[in-house]
Amino acid sequence: MLAGGILVITRRNPVHSALALIVTLLAQASIYLMLYAPFVAGVQIILYAGGIMVLFLFVIMLVSVDRSMRERQFNSQWVIGVIAATALGGLFIAVYTKGTSLFPDHASPVLEGDNTQRIATMLYGQYMFAFEIASLLLLVAIIGAVVMAKKRI
Amino acid sequence: MNSMLHITTLHYLVLGAALFLLGVIGVLTRRNVVIVLMSIELILNAVNLNLVAFSRYWQGMPARMGGGPMALHGQIFSIFVITDAAAEAAVGLGILIAFFRNKETVNIDEVNLLKW
Amino acid sequence: MNSVVQYIESYLGSNQTPGAAGNMFWVLVYILLVFTGISLGVIAMNWLERKILAHMQVRLGPMRVGPHGLLQPFADALKLLLKEDIIPAEADSAIFWTAPFMVVLAAFTTFVVVPFGPTHAITDMNIGILFMLGVSSLSVLGIVMAGWASNSHYPLMGALRSSAQMVSYEVAMGMAVVTVILMTSLNAAGTGTLSMIGIVQAQLAQGEWFIFKFFPLGLIAFFIFAVAMVAETNRAPFDLAEAESELTAGFHTEYSGFRWSLFFLAEYGAMMAASSIAVTLWLGGWLRPFPNWLGGARWDDFFSFFPGVVVLFLAGMCFFNTARMPKHSYFRIQTIGLGVFGALLGVVALILFIPGVRVRVQDIFWFAAKVAGFMYLYIWYRGTFPRYRFDQLMKMGWKVLLPMGLGVLILTAGVALFQQNLWHP
Repeated sequence: MLAGGILVITRRNPVHSALALIVTLLAQASIYLMLYAPFVAGVQIILYAGGIMVLFLFVIMLVSVDRSMRERQFNSQWVIGVIAATALGGLFIAVYTKGTSLFPDHASPVLEGDNTQRIATMLYGQYMFAFEIASLLLLVAIIGAVVMAKKRI
Repeated sequence: MNSMLHITTLHYLVLGAALFLLGVIGVLTRRNVVIVLMSIELILNAVNLNLVAFSRYWQGMPARMGGGPMALHGQIFSIFVITDAAAEAAVGLGILIAFFRNKETVNIDEVNLLKW
Repeated sequence: MNSVVQYIESYLGSNQTPGAAGNMFWVLVYILLVFTGISLGVIAMNWLERKILAHMQVRLGPMRVGPHGLLQPFADALKLLLKEDIIPAEADSAIFWTAPFMVVLAAFTTFVVVPFGPTHAITDMNIGILFMLGVSSLSVLGIVMAGWASNSHYPLMGALRSSAQMVSYEVAMGMAVVTVILMTSLNAAGTGTLSMIGIVQAQLAQGEWFIFKFFPLGLIAFFIFAVAMVAETNRAPFDLAEAESELTAGFHTEYSGFRWSLFFLAEYGAMMAASSIAVTLWLGGWLRPFPNWLGGARWDDFFSFFPGVVVLFLAGMCFFNTARMPKHSYFRIQTIGLGVFGALLGVVALILFIPGVRVRVQDIFWFAAKVAGFMYLYIWYRGTFPRYRFDQLMKMGWKVLLPMGLGVLILTAGVALFQQNLWHP
């Protein structure tokens, strides 16, 4: 998964980057399976790898690839960017090494036989409002995308 | 089997942090807009990984502290994050296409129409 | 030797799929068996398609290669393997290599959760149907990559059209599938299930195949899925992407030889996977006709004769056609070949009559028979319907099938609430 991530940000050809991202997303889905979250893994494969990445590939093909590949790939602030990211990484490392004792190993394997039913119970019970808001958000996004891509408004 | 590394929550968090860092580096250093958008998707995935790892952690905690087998808040949150990522990718790519029609370039440095 | 037999017996007596039991050896055996089954299915489909299309068009089809063209698929495979492997000069070689692999991967991975019997699946995931829908949407990626990597106009346009079509009809498929999942929750326990084996067991518990449930809602949902599945696999009448008269074979124009046969394999594999979904969700999976109405051990026994009888019938047809072959010396080898084939089928039929084999094969036979019916429908559509134009195709996907799917879903939910007396106006 990390190899896929590194390939995403370093390839010159955006189609190769998109492929590396697909590999990363599929690896992420298998990690979700390790975390006893089969429903989230299924949603990830359908939505992310099968939907969003198709959208990305379409746009990459519409936007011309050849000219952008001949230009410089990394912008002029890349030194500051890497320094800032390294500082952030150092912060993460500090937090995680200090807090190792906070996360005990719990080895209780949870039955994943009814993970989907439990998610459904919570999603339509406790999180009903968020669910409706999410559907409204998707409606707004659809309208926005259609308007942005029209030739003449 | 005894010498196998026991994978705790911390391992997943570190993996999520590494992915987040890669996404941040991608956003900060690349010039191609599409690759920047893909790095944003990497960041969102790292966040999702953290959420689901924590939901697993809470499932192992006793119920009196808010845990137990129904403590799937992290997973539900991550489903919403995936939905939002889809919406944002769609709108972002729509904006990209609209901009590309005007300027014929996908270079971020040339997105300077509003610059004084 | 005794311990091997004991090992086999101890597995066969268990009531779990190998994946659930965590048994790696049997998982591998099942994977091998399923892979062989799919390959045999693709070979049979190749021959059947050419023969049935030919008979529908009042001609004979391949007759020369084996007796009645039975060895034609092997000749095709040999030709494709020996063809020159042409790669376009400007093609992106990394993507060119991985695109057919991606499509084949997507088509074959869906068979991991397909249930051939109550314990005869490679594994039974909690999210079975979600997994199948998700992995079949990965084949869209493979097609887009294939069109892009060929670096020429026709494949690119064919790939974009084909992937737009597949994505549109995935939505309609999802609506029809959700309708069925709603129906699985109407049993005594009150919770539905996404697992493929659970869906068939819900049909068994509720006593009717979901195609007949809440008539005509189950039928309309089945119809929506049947149309969407034909569009999803790029088959006639939705095969604009690979139409030979318009786009010179679309996204796989630049692929030759073995790579093209991978696309071909993936297409037939995806057809079988989509038919398996339709059979499991609407037509009762591995259940024999009337499992509840004509239930009991005696009826089970009666119905378990069917596999053997069907194969015996096929063997009889072989012998009949052997007798009808022209009595010319040139046809001697073909006549002998057909006779041998008939004898092989007869031996298989006799094996299927053994009581021990009969009981175990029954589920697989009914599942395979239903999927074979769907395959015949695919070939029938190809021989009958004219091709859809692309804008008509997209219009139908979004403006006809999607509202129908939503309507069926809402009506099913309403009727289900009414039936459970949960309707509080």
